[in-house]
Amino acid sequence: MKILTAPRMERCIGCHSCALACARLVHGLLSWNASGIRIRSSGGVTTGFEACHCLACDPPPCALACPTGSFSPRKGGGVKVKPELCIRCGECAGACPVDAIFLDETGRPFVCIHCGRCAGFCPHGCLELAEAPGNGPEEGES
Amino acid sequence: MIRDHFRVMVVDLGQGRARVERVEGRDRYAGGSGLAALLFGLYGRADRPWDDPDQPFILAIGPLTGYFPLMSKTVAAFKSPYHDQYAESHAGGRSALAMRFADLDALVLVGRSDRPCCVSVGARHMEIMDAHFLWGKDVLVSGKYLRRMFPGSGNRSILRIGPAGERRSAMACVNVDTFRHFGRLGAGAVLGAKKVKAVAIGGDAAFDLPPGKEYAKLFKEIYTQLTNTHMMGKYHSLGTAGNMAALNTAKALPWRNLQQTSDPAIEGISGERFADQTLLRNAACAGCPVGCIHVGFVREKFMTDNQYLYRQVPYDYEPIFSTGSMLGVTNAFDVLKIMDSVERMGLDVMSAGVALAWAAEASEKGLIGPDQTGEALRFGDAEAFRRAVERLGRAENDFYARLAQGALVAAEEYGGRDFACVLGQEMAGYATGEVFFVAEALGFRHSHLDTSAYSFEQKHLDRDLERDVAFLVSNEPERVFLNCMVACLFSRGVYKDELLAEALRCVGYKGLAENMGRVAEDMRRLRWRTRLRTGYDPEEARIPKRFSEVVSAKGPVDAGYMERLRRAYAEAIRELGREEPEQ
Repeated sequence: MKILTAPRMERCIGCHSCALACARLVHGLLSWNASGIRIRSSGGVTTGFEACHCLACDPPPCALACPTGSFSPRKGGGVKVKPELCIRCGECAGACPVDAIFLDETGRPFVCIHCGRCAGFCPHGCLELAEAPGNGPEEGES
Repeated sequence: MIRDHFRVMVVDLGQGRARVERVEGRDRYAGGSGLAALLFGLYGRADRPWDDPDQPFILAIGPLTGYFPLMSKTVAAFKSPYHDQYAESHAGGRSALAMRFADLDALVLVGRSDRPCCVSVGARHMEIMDAHFLWGKDVLVSGKYLRRMFPGSGNRSILRIGPAGERRSAMACVNVDTFRHFGRLGAGAVLGAKKVKAVAIGGDAAFDLPPGKEYAKLFKEIYTQLTNTHMMGKYHSLGTAGNMAALNTAKALPWRNLQQTSDPAIEGISGERFADQTLLRNAACAGCPVGCIHVGFVREKFMTDNQYLYRQVPYDYEPIFSTGSMLGVTNAFDVLKIMDSVERMGLDVMSAGVALAWAAEASEKGLIGPDQTGEALRFGDAEAFRRAVERLGRAENDFYARLAQGALVAAEEYGGRDFACVLGQEMAGYATGEVFFVAEALGFRHSHLDTSAYSFEQKHLDRDLERDVAFLVSNEPERVFLNCMVACLFSRGVYKDELLAEALRCVGYKGLAENMGRVAEDMRRLRWRTRLRTGYDPEEARIPKRFSEVVSAKGPVDAGYMERLRRAYAEAIRELGREEPEQ
């Protein structure tokens, strides 16, 4: 199973194309934060940009915190999401150590599902869908 | 949000209250530039001065903002301190998408705060906060505090003014997210007069997209076109700075207050030189994958023992022309240092550089001296210009207070009107000949972007009055419509009428898609009417003598032809701005 990685964020120009793509293609929304990846500057645009997205924890603390099974561990790290089970308690967002889960004003969580659709819209190749560490071909999978 | 009307937040700074208004007219006014003119008609006072507390400061976005790439700019509209008439200035940064996600088609500030304040708006909040502690602070320092005051990194836009705006300089800009600006015609002074140090726009709403696959498909097609074409490569690679060498070769680059149009010293300040030696990285406006913003650096030794500080400075063609060739400064790092001071003061870089070029020539001719300028100003003396920028930004004495209202205002007092490089405002960097000079001197925004006159003129080296006037008149509506969408004009080669119509239809603006031509023409005329109502007299627009002394690729400027063209275009503008019976 592959995961979304952001290995070349030094190249990021802050265009938000990735976040807009996730909102558009995964969630059917026009948004730059209701998405599985969000771009922010760290202390102003002169310091460059960072991508806020799921790092594919294994086991994922957000899934462990989810009381209804809406978030469940995904093979290779990260979570599978069943939106219909979500009660919008926000426990997942609170459990994420890197603030990768966005809650909209209704408490609906948005988290990366590692589909990689955002990466195709990054003009500088900052993002990449890659084998999870310990899960790549060199570990015996093809 | 797709809606058949406009959602407008009107903030009354005097009352400390805001209201959200429904303004009708989407299919007629479209948005952006058209919406701004509509709102000035509703909230503006054509007969009162620019700094009357009731005058509005308007920000407007377009129907496609955020929905498609490069629909990423915002129109600011206001009565200008420069000419006390209706004016527009455009900027990107995150402002446009922040407005979209704050669910506002426009934000209108009216009234005046009794003390320095910041206005913070979003999809679910409006607050006017005390900011007396920021008054007097420069743009970069203010930015650091403002980012702390308004959390939401990445999803908010911060507009702020510097000392120039606080002092109501007619060349004060509004800085947008550090690297972009509502530069021209004194928008910063309008906020300064209202005692607004900053406007923070937090974009946190999300909207449903049209059902089906058509929208995502069209988005991808447009994204691919915009990121694949040679045209966008130009803006991405050297950026507009590439024009430095190109215009110098074409004998169209203003040097030393337009005493020359070409100089071998171009090598030190070419786009290639900037890219090779000073470029740190690129940045982009939100919603634009092109990344045309080129960020260079300045490094300063502030103490012995190798103690350095550095700052990042965005550069482009216009800032390099105005603080480089125009001032005779031929080292890229020296140019960036002057730009850095301009940024901190919150001045419009083109206006400040061109005004100081006039001051340098006036000094050379003995009309002014260190008593006025603080120290000798000589072409090429970058350090002196850097200090002069700070004096200009803070309007340090009578001389700089006058110069801050424009080179022609200073020339009224000290002489030197003939060589003030003013075309409606301090000139843009295109000495291509009569057509551009007339276009900028009379144009709606007095901007090189009102028409593509500089490009047209480089392709038409002969003189033909009928053809040239026809070009100026016919080239405008297409740009007006893009300004109503508030597309970045760099995308104009991709967003042709057919594609724009498809994009509008795709998200639900069928009425607009079917009437683009009519809307473009109507909005062009509305903008002119609005300008004329606030006192613009195109027949009175004059072109200083310096412009008739220019030798461009066309040869020496033909002053007689320029005057005939000026009269003919003024007449055309008068006709375009003719009052029509209300429908």
